[in-house]
Amino acid sequence: MSDEIKMVDIFLMGKRYTVPDTLTIMDAMEYAGYQLKRGCGCRAGFCGACATVYRMAGDFELKVGLACQTKVEDGMYLAQIPFFPGRKATFDLEEIKPSTAHFAQLYPEVFRCLGCSSCTKACPQDIDVMQYIAYIQRGDFEKAADISFDCLMCGLCVSRCPANIVHYNAALTARRLYSRYIAKPDAFLAERARAIEAGECDADIDQLINSDQEKLQELYNNRDIE
Amino acid sequence: MPYKGKLGELVKKVEETRPSRVGVHYPRMTQEERQDVLEKFHPDYNKEGFRNIKVGVSKGARMPVEMADVFEAWSTLRDVKLDLDVEPDYDVDVLIIGGGGAGASAALEAHAAGANTLIATKLRFGDANTMMAQGGIQAADKENDSPAIHYLDVVGGGRFENVPELARALVMDAPLAIKWLEDLGTMFDKKEDGTMVTIHGGGTSRKRMHAARDYSGAEIMRTLRDEVYNKGITVVEFCAAVEILLDKNGRAGGAVLYNLETEQYLIARAKTVIIATGGSGRLHYRGFPTSNHYGATADGLVIGYRAGAKTIYADSIQYHPTGGAYPPQLLGLLVTEKTRGLGATPLNINGEQFVYHLETRDVESSAIIRECSERKLGVPLPTGIDAVWLDSPILELTYGEGTIEKQLPAMLRQFMRFGVDIRKEPMLIYPTLHYQNGGLLIDENGLTAVDGLYVAGEAAGGIHGTNRLMGNSLLDIIVFGRRAGRHAAAVSSNTVVPEGLNLEHVAAYHRELEETGAADDRVGPMLLPHYTHR
Repeated sequence: MSDEIKMVDIFLMGKRYTVPDTLTIMDAMEYAGYQLKRGCGCRAGFCGACATVYRMAGDFELKVGLACQTKVEDGMYLAQIPFFPGRKATFDLEEIKPSTAHFAQLYPEVFRCLGCSSCTKACPQDIDVMQYIAYIQRGDFEKAADISFDCLMCGLCVSRCPANIVHYNAALTARRLYSRYIAKPDAFLAERARAIEAGECDADIDQLINSDQEKLQELYNNRDIE
Repeated sequence: MPYKGKLGELVKKVEETRPSRVGVHYPRMTQEERQDVLEKFHPDYNKEGFRNIKVGVSKGARMPVEMADVFEAWSTLRDVKLDLDVEPDYDVDVLIIGGGGAGASAALEAHAAGANTLIATKLRFGDANTMMAQGGIQAADKENDSPAIHYLDVVGGGRFENVPELARALVMDAPLAIKWLEDLGTMFDKKEDGTMVTIHGGGTSRKRMHAARDYSGAEIMRTLRDEVYNKGITVVEFCAAVEILLDKNGRAGGAVLYNLETEQYLIARAKTVIIATGGSGRLHYRGFPTSNHYGATADGLVIGYRAGAKTIYADSIQYHPTGGAYPPQLLGLLVTEKTRGLGATPLNINGEQFVYHLETRDVESSAIIRECSERKLGVPLPTGIDAVWLDSPILELTYGEGTIEKQLPAMLRQFMRFGVDIRKEPMLIYPTLHYQNGGLLIDENGLTAVDGLYVAGEAAGGIHGTNRLMGNSLLDIIVFGRRAGRHAAAVSSNTVVPEGLNLEHVAAYHRELEETGAADDRVGPMLLPHYTHR
């Protein structure tokens, strides 16, 4: 983490630009003069809008990263993936169940995984994508949900898959199935929701609403804190 | 060692004092101390940087100058000839502008109520501050808690300036919102028996912060988005609304949309319109960096205001106490409040705690600004600004190794990408522009003063008074998104197709701008921030 700013050459879709080396790829594109529409979202590594493929000059290996979370390096050749036309299977969550049979109807291609691990290598979140696909194949939705959780749905895995699997959508379905049917519902939450709908919580809150500010202030300043 | 040179020396002080700080309770401020630090150090209390706007239905309202600039702006359509009598490009019951959590919630409820629903959004569906909310969502769903206790926290945190009916709706619907999300298959942190894991946030009197690791908003957003697609609701991306259309009776009757890619204008006719465009952090009030999404440019506020919706607390901005300060790639980025919720504490240059770690956001931010300015005990950074430490490694010392990886995976990853292992090294933080406490005034159904025009989510105001608590924004978007969607659908079922769509309110607004001599080159809404350096 040197604090001295150096200038480096990067190649945006083949065109050379000279930019400070402290910038992220996204900032560097703006520095170069782009006003971003696609390929830019939360700018904080949460949304998956800025999936980027790059290669260092003289090297053949393709690397991946999020433009907002990757610093530029000298000799970086890069392009962003603005959109990926991956298929999403639609379903009625109340009709399907966490079973491989149901899953195979939604995403049959999941079961055609070739085991090449290209998806895992392409994940900017370092998720073991191929492993969660294997868990889905086995019907272990809990494990699939757990290890796929940090997925940003950027689409890089799908772009590299020879079996045309749409991993991020399959993972999302697995997480929703796990959360809806395997994780237990919160019993007291259901009871509290019932009480509210039955009007059992109205009296307490209306009493507060009808209090003057002085009274509210006193209650607030003296409230007990767990 | 990620921190080199002088920082490397200073980090040793944090390490030296750490063992003596484990388990030690730093006292909370008294109400008088809180008021004092706010008045002296909170940017909202500073007279500079604000002005009263000269046009529109809330003429005279105080706003940050950057917001006033986009309000006192000419329509994008000023020099555009549009034929509003042609067959519209879209013709629906409920038009939802914005594809974040509020828009998605509104769409699901409107659709469930039988309304023909359209979402038009400026960037991708899900590109929103919702996606970035990390820490959690509040709801009083434990036996030792109640909506009334939650209410007291909300209004106390909001400096008793909340609209009571809105705060009531927020807390009463909260457990229903969590139940709705649970039923939709949202992966909340739970115990074996299904009980939600909940912790404190700044200003909470009960542990009612529900989370999905530190991707809480992302998890909610991707679940809602998936469900919107499951229901077959039409979503048009990269299509921003640039003006609300009113009908011959002055009701909202649709919007003029702008396809960012083909640069064409499109007409959407609708019986009701819901603005769910989010906040305005990308206006960078007072020059602060922001934790907000790229699209947070106040578009919905601008077009809703021109159509006649009033503002409330437009001068109340939330600075999140823990924005990233260093390395420079992390400047302004959110360090989730869950980090403090778990027990990480802010420290000054001497490695000493100087404020209770879970004061409300306004107070905590002000105390950090005081430490760096008046007290001159901030940590000077090579980038020329001062910051304070946030001692994350104390979590591993207190709760055991692995705590951070399990509880704060997003934070761990984000700092690691730029060379800081937060399990071993403290973070460097400074307040960042985070949230617009005010907005367009709504009633408990999300309705504005304009018939048929609704606002939900961060664009709406009044719910949180002048300071929102952590975890009440994710809650707000779900609660008021659902309320607006339901109400708009019900109203639409009793409303005829609007006639005489027009932009006369814009013409009238232009006349006011002319009278006040507004700058000619100010055109809005902004749609995209300008970060190009050349």
